[in-house]
Order: sequence, then structure tokens, then C-alpha cells
Amino acid sequence: MADTAPQPSPHDPDARGHFGDYGGRFLPEALMGALDELAAEYDKAQHDPEFTAEFQRLLSGYAGRPSLLTEAPRFAEHAGGARIFLKREDLNHTGSHKINNVLGQALLTKRMGKKRVIAETGAGQHGVATATACALLDLDCVVYMGEVDTERQALNVARMRLLGAEVVPVATGSRTLKDAINEALRDWVTNVDTTHYLLGTAAGAHPFPVMVRNFHKVIGQEAREQILERTGRLPDVVAACVGGGSNAIGIFHGFLDDTDVRLVGLEPGGKGLESGEHGATLTQGTPGTLHGALSYLLQDDDGQTIEAYSISAGLDYPGVGPEHSHLKDVGRAEYRAVTDDEAMDAFQLLSKTEGIIPAVESAHALAGALQLGRELGPDGVIVVSLSGRGDKDVDTAARYFNLVEGV
Amino acid sequence: MSRIDELFAQTRGEGRGALIGYLPAGYPTVAESKDLLAATVDAGADLVEVGFPYSDPVMDGPTIQAAADTALRNGFRLKDLFEVVESVADRGGRAVVMTYWNPVFHYGVDAFARDLAAAGGLGLITPDLTPDEGSEWIAASDAHGLDRIFLVAPSSSDERIALTTAAASGFVYATAVMGVTGARDSVGAAAQGLVNRTRAHTDLPVGVGLGVRSGDQAAEVSSFADGVIVGSALVTKAGEGTDAVASLTKELAEGVRRPRA
Repeated sequence: MADTAPQPSPHDPDARGHFGDYGGRFLPEALMGALDELAAEYDKAQHDPEFTAEFQRLLSGYAGRPSLLTEAPRFAEHAGGARIFLKREDLNHTGSHKINNVLGQALLTKRMGKKRVIAETGAGQHGVATATACALLDLDCVVYMGEVDTERQALNVARMRLLGAEVVPVATGSRTLKDAINEALRDWVTNVDTTHYLLGTAAGAHPFPVMVRNFHKVIGQEAREQILERTGRLPDVVAACVGGGSNAIGIFHGFLDDTDVRLVGLEPGGKGLESGEHGATLTQGTPGTLHGALSYLLQDDDGQTIEAYSISAGLDYPGVGPEHSHLKDVGRAEYRAVTDDEAMDAFQLLSKTEGIIPAVESAHALAGALQLGRELGPDGVIVVSLSGRGDKDVDTAARYFNLVEGV
Repeated sequence: MSRIDELFAQTRGEGRGALIGYLPAGYPTVAESKDLLAATVDAGADLVEVGFPYSDPVMDGPTIQAAADTALRNGFRLKDLFEVVESVADRGGRAVVMTYWNPVFHYGVDAFARDLAAAGGLGLITPDLTPDEGSEWIAASDAHGLDRIFLVAPSSSDERIALTTAAASGFVYATAVMGVTGARDSVGAAAQGLVNRTRAHTDLPVGVGLGVRSGDQAAEVSSFADGVIVGSALVTKAGEGTDAVASLTKELAEGVRRPRA
């Protein structure tokens, strides 16, 4: 068997989880033991050929990897003629990139001898993926979901329950993703002996940001090989949406050392940055601690978290993974905001030109690609992370575009 | 010797635990929170923890979450915190602040320490800041003569207890149970074990919190700990007014003075 042990990377954080100035651990002492255990177990697992083989087997035999790289020529006609390629994470089992990380963490949960998994979810994609992995690996599963999101994404609540998970609506605070994370942390601090917190994005306290990133690195590795094979060259731009930032960090990592490739993260601009109703953490926020890490944060003058807004339930989060903050500060990645309207236009355009209904989250990356393509001109090549499919968003789209009488 | 050191030297001399009461600044309003804190000081709290109402209190149960929400809805701002601390000091009480880390970080760690010390505050309890990330706060607390009260938990390894107690001053906050804040019927057997494990590493006083709500529990905890920390039970009484807070504080103050078994 090939040596699958990971090579030390200059992009890894320091031993305490710092990416430059960001990351670290800002959580109660009661959780430090569990974080140490998780970091140690993850480190062992990474170097264990049996673990990596089992993870690969699930990715290929269960999740459906590698995912396709699909060129989108009719969509690209609206992008100044640049060539646009879609990394089809929407074709993974459960319909998004989230499955990569949950399979990895669920296997780790088994290794640690824990029987119970808790998770937070915004749009429901991570919750559905977690419930799926728990069904597959026989783990008890509790998903915390903001009450607002359980209403926006009622079908995903039903999906999780079908898969045997308990879904707990969270009625505190803004009743969205950040409050679901608060509630999951409260559960974890109470039940940490028996329970793994399967965090859904590359954020939170060390080792979550590096571990979640590494489980998603396969997106970028595949995309790099595929684009070279198809075009014989590297792309000019890799574009991905950024809420917490897990699909973006996964695809960015395939190209991080290719310094001519621009890495562009698209944040939810909501109703416009000037409106104050957005979730554009990296473009509008300032450094602060939330949910365990130091990173960019939407906060007021007193350091109170500002509630984020986006038409996309998966992006309205006031924080972001710490590695993105580092990549922004060192200038390796750039971040822009895309409004609800721009994202929904791209959502409709991809549906009508390519027959692919994207997740509203991913539509932010598509809207960014339309802008970037016009900037690059006809010689440009763009890879877009199509992080999820849009089935869950049909209700949102039907309301937005008035597609159904009486809605 | 800090004023917190002096307090514990005194209560140890009296053979009892110190009573430490928590109330959030700004709950239900800034003015009322000053009256409520004054009532706890007058009724026998040896030290008060002035809570900072924060938008994302991950270590708090429903009682303190709801109080923080109310304070924020009623317009609580960070500058009010220093005013509330000052009111405790003016009343002759001793106050530390309990706050999640981000407001301190955002204000500027040294500036926060400076302004807290100027208001008469004695230190800071930091539920989501451990010594691992605490270097800036350790420097600022030294510079401004504040105590830094770090937490230990039943899940803390001996190695982590050693690290934490080495960085702490004033006292060590031992969380009695694994979980969030909230009144409980029983404080848990884990508390005494944790106090003993902590004392193996430090001569600092050890205060026990999470779950204490009655005079009997205060007496029980006082029999093995240097300090008895009461939060959610007092916050519940704060919703009823100053008389209710004073009455519970008296019961607790009597509890910590019962002869140790």
C-alpha cells in the first residue's frame, strides 16, 4: 500500500492551532481535555494507514468521489467568455461537500470510543450529512438548529429525522446558526465524556480548523488534477463561497502553492453592505473571538456579536474560519461580497443555461465567477466550487422568483 | 497582598468559606443592577462577581442567558460595566468582573485592565480564556494590579491544573460539575475531589461554583472549599427584587458560617 501519511505542510498551524495571528483555543477549561484528546487522536489517525484507507473507501464507495469537474459554456457566455469549470460537490451523497468532513469525524468518533455525536446546522446540509454518517456508522445523533432555520429548511429537518437523528430547535438569541453552535457547545461541556461535537466547518477551537480543512482538501486535490487534464494549465481563479469557509478552504488548498492562481472567497452581501444586513465577515468585520477561535468577526463597538443576514441559511454566520483570516491578512486569498440579488440571478442563470440547480450558498460563488470572468476576459479560466445542490432551496427560489401561484 | 488575598486570609482565619455572589451588570437595568449588588454586599457577600452581559454566553444556562438578553435589550453598554463596579466599591464591597473574552479583547486588554482597576475592580474571571491564550491578560493584570481568576473543571488533568494554578492569582474557580451555569439540587461529589486535586498544586484559595442555591449547600461546600460561588440562584432572585436577593444572601452567608463538620 502507498504511504498515505500526510506530509508536514508549511500551511499547517502551530502546535496550539494558530494560523499567523488567528485561531487558537478560546473555550472553557472544561473542554480543553476533550480538545487535547481529539487533537491527539486525529494526529494518530492521520498517520494510521488503516484509518486513511477506511476514509478513502468511504469517500469513493459511499460519498461518490471523485466528484466531476463540469465545464459550463452556456453559463460562461455571461461571464465575458472566460471558461468556467464547476467542481461538482453537489453530486456527492447528501448533496454537498459536507459529507467529506462528517465521514472523517464520524470515523474518529468511533476510534475515540464515543457513541454520541452532536452537531449544529444552518441550512441543514451539515446536519443531514452528520445524520447520514451516524446512521451508517451506528452513532446516536443530535442536531441543533436555529428555530428560524428549521422553518426555512423544513425539508431538511424531516430528512434528519428520517435518518434517525434528533433535531433540537434552538430558540435563543438570533435563533440561527450561531445560536445552534452555542447550544451544541453547552451540550458538549455537559456530556463531553460520551459525546463528540462534530463541528461542520473549518472554524472553532484547535484542532477543528485544521482537521476539517484536511478532510476537505480532497476537493482541491481533485480539482487541480482535473483542470490540468482538461485544459493543460492551471486556472486564473478559484472561486468559492465563504460562510464558515469549509468548502473554500478545501478547494483553496489544492492551489495554495500555485501562487499565480488567485483564490477568491465570496461572502454573503445580503441586502447590500451599506444596508448592514449581510454576513460579510472578512470584508466588513474585525478580529475577535467567537466559538473558540480568534478570527474576523461581525461585532459592535462593545465586542457584542452582530447577527448576520443572508438569503442563504448556510452563509449567515457572523464568524469565519481562522485560516481565511490569515490568508486575507497575508494577501494570499481575496474576499468579496455578493448580494442576495446577485446570487439569485446566478442561481437562475445556472439553472437555465446548464440544467444544474445550485445551492443558494454556491450561487454566491457563481455570481463571483460572473464578475471575475468579465474582469479576466475570454482567455480566463475559472474553477468554481459548486459546493451543494439546490433542491433544499427550491422553496426559497419559488418565493424569490414568484414561481408558484399563491406563494 | 491583594485585597482578595486579604479577604481569604480573613475567612480562613475565621474557619469559613467566603461567600461570592454573581449578578450581571445592567440586569434588569443599569440602575437596578447597582441596587441589587448593593443588597448582596449589605447582606453579607464577601466578594461579588459583576457579570458582563454578552451576546454568546456558551458557558451559561438558561437563567443567566435570559438575564444577559434582558440587560442587552435594555440598552446595557460596556462603559456601564465600570460604573457598576465603581458602585460596588463605593458601597464598601469587593468586586471582580466575570466576562467572556471578546469584549475585553475588543476594548483592548491593557485599556480594559486599566479602566477596571480605576473603577475599583479587583480582578477578572475569564470563563473562555485559559492561560494558554492568556499572555496579554497576564501582562495587563500584572501592570494594573488585578487578580486573574482562571477556572479548573472536573475534566482538567493534573497537568492542566498545574498550568492553570501557576498562572492564577486571587483564587481558583473550580466548576463543581461538568456543564453550564444553573441552580442544581446537588452540587456533585466531583467538587470535593476537584478541590483536593487543585490544592495539591497550589496554596491559592479554591472557590466552588455551578449549582449552589441554598444555605445548606453553601454550608456543605464551605466545609471543603475556601469560597462558595452562587450565580443563577441569585439571578433568579434578582428578578423578584432587592428584598429577595438580600434574603437569599443572608441565608447563604449564614450557611458559610456554620461550624465545619
